[in-house]
Amino acid sequence: MSEKSPAELYAERVKRVLDVAALRVPDRVPVFGPYQLYPYTFAGVTFVDAMNDYALAREACHKFQDYFQPDLDFGPILAYPAPAMELLDIKWFKWPGHGLDDNTMYQYIESENMTADEYDEFVYDPSHFLMAKWLPRSFPPLQGLAGWPAVRTFMWFGWTGGFVGLASPDVQQALRNAAAAGEELGRWFASIGQYAGEMVAKGTPQLYAAFDWPPFDIIGDTLRGTRQILADMRRRPDKLHAALEVATRIFVEYGSGAAGAELPLCWIWMHKGTRNFMSDAQFKEFYWPYLRQGMLALIDKGIIPVVYCEADVESRLEDFADVPPGKVIYHVSTTDMVKAKAVLGGIAAIAGNVPNVILLSGTPDDVREYCQKLIDTAGKDGGFIMDAAVMLDEARPENLKAMIDFTKEYGVYR
Amino acid sequence: MKEQLIKTIADMNEEEALKLAQAMLDAGEDPQTVLDAGKEAMTLVGERYEHKEFFLPELIIAGDMLKAIGDLVKPKLLAQAAQSEPLGKVVLGTVAGDIHDLGKDIVGFMLDVNNFEVVDLGVDVAAEKFVRAIQDAKPDVVGLSGFLTLAFDQMKVTVEAIKEAGLRDRVKIMIGGAIMDDTAAQYVGADAYGPDATAAVKLAKSWTGGK
Repeated sequence: MSEKSPAELYAERVKRVLDVAALRVPDRVPVFGPYQLYPYTFAGVTFVDAMNDYALAREACHKFQDYFQPDLDFGPILAYPAPAMELLDIKWFKWPGHGLDDNTMYQYIESENMTADEYDEFVYDPSHFLMAKWLPRSFPPLQGLAGWPAVRTFMWFGWTGGFVGLASPDVQQALRNAAAAGEELGRWFASIGQYAGEMVAKGTPQLYAAFDWPPFDIIGDTLRGTRQILADMRRRPDKLHAALEVATRIFVEYGSGAAGAELPLCWIWMHKGTRNFMSDAQFKEFYWPYLRQGMLALIDKGIIPVVYCEADVESRLEDFADVPPGKVIYHVSTTDMVKAKAVLGGIAAIAGNVPNVILLSGTPDDVREYCQKLIDTAGKDGGFIMDAAVMLDEARPENLKAMIDFTKEYGVYR
Repeated sequence: MKEQLIKTIADMNEEEALKLAQAMLDAGEDPQTVLDAGKEAMTLVGERYEHKEFFLPELIIAGDMLKAIGDLVKPKLLAQAAQSEPLGKVVLGTVAGDIHDLGKDIVGFMLDVNNFEVVDLGVDVAAEKFVRAIQDAKPDVVGLSGFLTLAFDQMKVTVEAIKEAGLRDRVKIMIGGAIMDDTAAQYVGADAYGPDATAAVKLAKSWTGGK
């Protein structure tokens, strides 16, 4: 590989993944850079430092990439920007240095930021609901935005009564706080952009061109909360359906950022659609139709949805198969890959699923044995990407190296 | 009316169930009968969960109904009704560093309605806290929950701490969480892995069956 120029490597990697997604047999099985915070573990950087020192985070990701050489790379975007999170005092996360130990993965905290009787308000004007209710509830320094005037009422003489709302000292303070966070996020995104450029120069494409969340999770994660939305399927199905229609349009907006990218992967974080949260009937009524409709809209824009499932989805495979062939990649976590291939083969590529516990506690031989099975079964005739089952925060380096090197060697299609 | 209340709860007719429970109490029905109906309904709910007719939404709603009925009954329970002897005691918690509680809560609820005494240590529970709880509460079973990959090592640390305190032989240990499996159970040194709340109840019953 070393004789290839970075530009050649880059083109080869992009083509490899595009081939897999389109169900053409590629030159070999591609292997993703399957991490969340693993590069920092690998480089000996604590999570708290990685989230606070953007240059240090970039440096650690370079070390990871130089040593392991996966085909595609996430980069430091999953080391969330702690300084901006501090400025906003974001309520639905705990992170290292803010409620968690310095080297503990950041975690989401359940909260209800849209009450059951606010569905109509959200559906009527989601932007105003987010501005005046969701922002103040999510970010205490923005509490003043509770007085934010509804811009939809600014027309004709309405602008007079509208703008006067901005004279409120609380609103003004909230806007100053938001601006400070915005400036910090500008520094963070500059760092992310710098890293992506450096990776292109090394011949490595980015694993994502956009991030997205299924419509059900858009409503369920930071608006209603998990317990509430699950119960809403029975308690107020009509309200939920109306909100899901709005969320589907928001889903398409989130994902459309990937349009036009060289490798237009839209990484969709699927949370509550996995095995245990709801019945197949509920999945078919509340989850899948909206996700599918949204994905079809993304596919129309030339985007490749990558559905990243956080747990077993065996019972959802038949539904997953209802997409146009060669347009979607499913990252199926701990799902049985032989079954996944049997149902999705010829329809969608699948990615995964080396068990994280093997990467953490097994030997390189254990890893190679598992990867060989994957390549022989899931990888038969293409349509497969090697990856860990779920994103890595910890692993034995020799095991991860074995996964990547073995795939490059054994995963060649002849 | 008791049979009707059981059916109403098990069929997830939340409003109707509360009305019915209130009507029974107003008609002078023994409050204990109302509570018993809730428990019997949960057996049906558990069966439907096991047969994959019900999932988390129904367990959450059933939990809310039982709590609401409990609140209606409480003022009418003049003397603490004699509780039936529990099948056993379970200490439950999400391991250190991990703050996910939904799965653990559901397991705790299902154990509770299946007549286990549950000591819930909450989330982000350090190994020493599990050890102290085992010393104090003397449970039959310890349930370790974890969603993150860090939980593999934390569960291992916890089981080792239990071993070091000389308590490993006194308890059975089960683990659960989205990415857990039998390999993980072996790695952390637990006795078993359970994929869902009914599996947890079955494991606990199998270990305490002789009592």
